[in-house]
Amino acid sequence: MSGQTLISGRGLSLSFGRVTALRNVDVDVWPGEMLAIVGESGSGKTTLLNVLAGRVSPDRGIVQYRDPEDTLHDVHAMPAPTLRTLHRSDWGFVHQDPRQNLRMAVSAGGNVGERLMARGARHYGNIRAQALDWLAQVEIDASRIDDLPRTFSGGMLQRLQIARTLVTHPRLVFMDEPTGGLDVSVQARLLDLIRSLVARLNIAAVLVTHDIAVARLLAQRIAVMQRGEIVETGLTDQVLDDPRHPYTQLLVSSVLTT
Amino acid sequence: MIPPVTQTPMLRTEALAKGFTLHLRDGLHIPVLAGVELTAYAGECVVLSGPSGAGKSTLMRALYGNYRADSGRILVRHRHAEIDIATADPRAILAVRHETLGYVSQFLRVVPRIPTLDVVAEVLTARGRSQEEARAAATAMLLRLNIPARLHGLPPATFSGGEQQRVNLARGFIAEHPILLLDEPTASLDAANRDVVVTMVREAKTRGAAIVAICHDAEVRDSIADRLFPLPPLQEAA
Repeated sequence: MSGQTLISGRGLSLSFGRVTALRNVDVDVWPGEMLAIVGESGSGKTTLLNVLAGRVSPDRGIVQYRDPEDTLHDVHAMPAPTLRTLHRSDWGFVHQDPRQNLRMAVSAGGNVGERLMARGARHYGNIRAQALDWLAQVEIDASRIDDLPRTFSGGMLQRLQIARTLVTHPRLVFMDEPTGGLDVSVQARLLDLIRSLVARLNIAAVLVTHDIAVARLLAQRIAVMQRGEIVETGLTDQVLDDPRHPYTQLLVSSVLTT
Repeated sequence: MIPPVTQTPMLRTEALAKGFTLHLRDGLHIPVLAGVELTAYAGECVVLSGPSGAGKSTLMRALYGNYRADSGRILVRHRHAEIDIATADPRAILAVRHETLGYVSQFLRVVPRIPTLDVVAEVLTARGRSQEEARAAATAMLLRLNIPARLHGLPPATFSGGEQQRVNLARGFIAEHPILLLDEPTASLDAANRDVVVTMVREAKTRGAAIVAICHDAEVRDSIADRLFPLPPLQEAA
């Protein structure tokens, strides 16, 4: 298949004391696609996300990111400032708890504008206009632009985090359970939003979720993790409709259907 | 325009085999397909025939790359070459589905909250058509399948089974794929809507599409099928 990967991990291993979090994991993400990483709690999926994003260093293995100039970077060999710049420009990170990403003492508009300013934008009018545009895209009313995030509901906070993350048009977004802990109706709205924004902006994403229905709706490809290993990977519908590994079969058969 | 029923094989299988290993039941292995040699040419409709449990739906899903073949080849004519779905990588399969291979299942699976019109229109916008153009075509397609305009703005989740199936058909037919897989396209439709589907299948054949279908309704089957492909249950074939 043509095209080169945007980010690749090879032979990633990591132990926390006697606990193996990752065992020889290989993973690839191509531009514009969403890869879901599923598995139960403790399977290593969030650890893998953090290792790919350069937030946690592996004991062994390498993560390579291809920048827009087609240069490969070893994510864990990068100087810290370079990695920070990457996180502010090319990359985005959506946490399950939006409070980890948002600045709660700064207005909603300020939270969105801050990412632009960190990238060098200085014109106040432009920044505010873009913040307004992004609030609209994530369906937050313009009248709330000067309100503090603490006055927002859980679903609104999550949408604000997404606006803050996507305002710089990242090429790659890491998402850790972005719909976790939300009401089902709020979750549906957020799924719809993530799906349409990711498609329209041609963003690649790595999505960690324990909810395989979310993976099915959002991701083209899926990797199933168990005890720090990827036990099965492939097209999302293929893996979920025709699971081969015993653990994937267990995972799929455990889902409640309505 | 491509003349009906040409000798271009659009889809063919060679020695296709597929079974399921159920690890939750002590590794029980159930063979479903073996030695399947199916060919579908441009402009024809092949209907799979065989009793329930013979593996008709399994074959359809394998053709679409939704089920993974155990052995054999599934050759799909894609961009003037043949690509083997049984061994193609995920991104290649997605490209084949996007341009070449359409599938209408019995179930509608969509993101909640999206209006029916957009559920259908997004098939065209994903193929580079403008929003207005896509919506106009989607409206026409839904009306043709007797989904009234007052429902177009609502998400299909609350629709009846027959309405959901017609939304699914609208999605399946609007992209005009060169190959179409239809799994019971008229199962929960009334007579008037069955007739619409029969006409749509004939139109697809006329534009040169190869169609593989599962269809239990004898009347519909006789109206669309150019030939039947018998699929005997493996136990009897063995």
